[in-house]
Amino acid sequence: MKIVTGLTNTAQPEKNLRKVFNTEDLNLWYGSKHALKGINLPIYEKEVTAMIGPSGCGKSTFLKTLNRMVELVPNVETTGMIHYRNQNILDKSFKVEELRTKVGMVFQKPNPFPKSIYDNVAYGPRIHGIKSKKILDEIVEKSLRGGAIWDEVKDRLKDSAYGLSGGQQQRLCIARALAIEPDVILMDEPTSALDPKSTLKVEELIQELKTDYSIVIVTHNMQQAARISDRTAFMLNGELVEFTDTNRLFSNPEDKRTEDYITGRFG
Amino acid sequence: MNKHSNINKTDTLDINDLIEENKRSSSLVAWIEKTIPKALFFIAFLSILTTIGIVLVLITETFSFFQRVSIIEFFTGTVLRPLSQNPQFGVLPLITGTILSSIIAMLVAGPIGMMTAIFLSEYASDRVRGLLKPILELLAGIPTIVYGFFAFTFVTPLLRQFIPALGATNILSPGLVMGIMIIPMIASLSEDAMAAVPKSMREGALALGATKLEITFKVVIPAAFSGIVASFVLGISRAIGETMIVTIASGSSKNFTFDVTQSMQTMTAYVVEVAAGDAPAGSTIYYSLYAVAMTLFVFTLLMNILARYISRRFREEY
Repeated sequence: MKIVTGLTNTAQPEKNLRKVFNTEDLNLWYGSKHALKGINLPIYEKEVTAMIGPSGCGKSTFLKTLNRMVELVPNVETTGMIHYRNQNILDKSFKVEELRTKVGMVFQKPNPFPKSIYDNVAYGPRIHGIKSKKILDEIVEKSLRGGAIWDEVKDRLKDSAYGLSGGQQQRLCIARALAIEPDVILMDEPTSALDPKSTLKVEELIQELKTDYSIVIVTHNMQQAARISDRTAFMLNGELVEFTDTNRLFSNPEDKRTEDYITGRFG
Repeated sequence: MNKHSNINKTDTLDINDLIEENKRSSSLVAWIEKTIPKALFFIAFLSILTTIGIVLVLITETFSFFQRVSIIEFFTGTVLRPLSQNPQFGVLPLITGTILSSIIAMLVAGPIGMMTAIFLSEYASDRVRGLLKPILELLAGIPTIVYGFFAFTFVTPLLRQFIPALGATNILSPGLVMGIMIIPMIASLSEDAMAAVPKSMREGALALGATKLEITFKVVIPAAFSGIVASFVLGISRAIGETMIVTIASGSSKNFTFDVTQSMQTMTAYVVEVAAGDAPAGSTIYYSLYAVAMTLFVFTLLMNILARYISRRFREEY
């Protein structure tokens, strides 16, 4: 069985592309558990890179190392290098807040703040020192449009974000991430808590966003990876098994384990 | 196969039969099921009755007092001389004493309690928190008479080295010690409220490049605001109602002043003084106890209403 990929897959030859991230021999341990084993993976600019693999394979862990959110877990140790635009972000002198300003994140469960829709989007710009009401108004509108939710909320910007549906909340969280104009957006199973209709909307949104942003998305859903990504990485037990353009990975995988996984023999 | 199912029939108990059997013998169980909720309701109702009883007594006896002393004199009078030949019953000295001591207490307990809560909830490691929180809660269990003694024999002499004008009894020292007493309450309750803010919300802010301090002040505290307000109000109520510390360390001068170095009496301390002396039942001074107690009750009631309003008005529900 082969999964038919969509028409949006436009992966180009690697040599023409700029890398936003490049990991070199990245290893990560949770205590004594070796969760990432020697990962060498480039993330290319203005593409959607999907991470797939069975639960516990390390795909979410990998995603969280890219903005160092993984450090919130106690007893985490990393070795190797992660280059972001030619700076090693694992370097202790690298400012993590600066990294996260450039590398936004959208979580599995929508997590808006218990504030108004407006204040949610304005949160990021505000903590980075933007105070002017006029500029904030502009940013909020632009970000909400970017998150494809403006038309639904423009008349109730002062209402609590908690009054929105799950799908709307997730698009609001995407808008919140856009408000500080990041370079990369990390998405950790952004549609797994959403119904099919909202999922479709978020997927369409991701397609639009990739013209301006580089996106890394972790997903449990192989069809989703096939539909929306340009490149796909398949991970298993902390190892990167295969990384190639999405069409090829789903139609003609090189590794036997990739084939077993995408044809549903395990996972 | 056949043999197997036979074994099952004979060897295992028939659960349906057992349930049926138990149903028949369950009239007692049914009676208990019906009666227990009624008994529980009755007991819950008892505490409501007690509250109503206390308020009723307060109101009727206060009413008797106002038949002897005019309500205007009571609330505007600045002289309280219950035992003199020509007694005067102005409650203002007691109200200023109560308010001043509570303000001093909250100036100590509010900032220190909040800072402790922020440290415990946002910065302390699990180990440090596990050690500090029980100690804090232990501090809350010290009898107030001990605090009172501490204020009178330690804090006042200490303060007098810096403020020579400070009286042997004064409102400043018990106010400060009351603040120390209230710190654990504010710290512990605010910490609970802050720790209850979901992790996902902190992560959302972290992912936007917020620092720990920005998350604390712009996400956690606003989200925990109603709990924090509740802890402050409980603290203020505790300060207003605190009796022993002020009785011991502030003396019983019924001064009407805003000078905190002087001895003042609070409403609670007045009730102690009069009740401990033998005020004959039915005398004006006896009824004045109820009027003061009623005023105290209205104070704490107002505090609670205000707190409810504030926490509803600024609540961020998550």
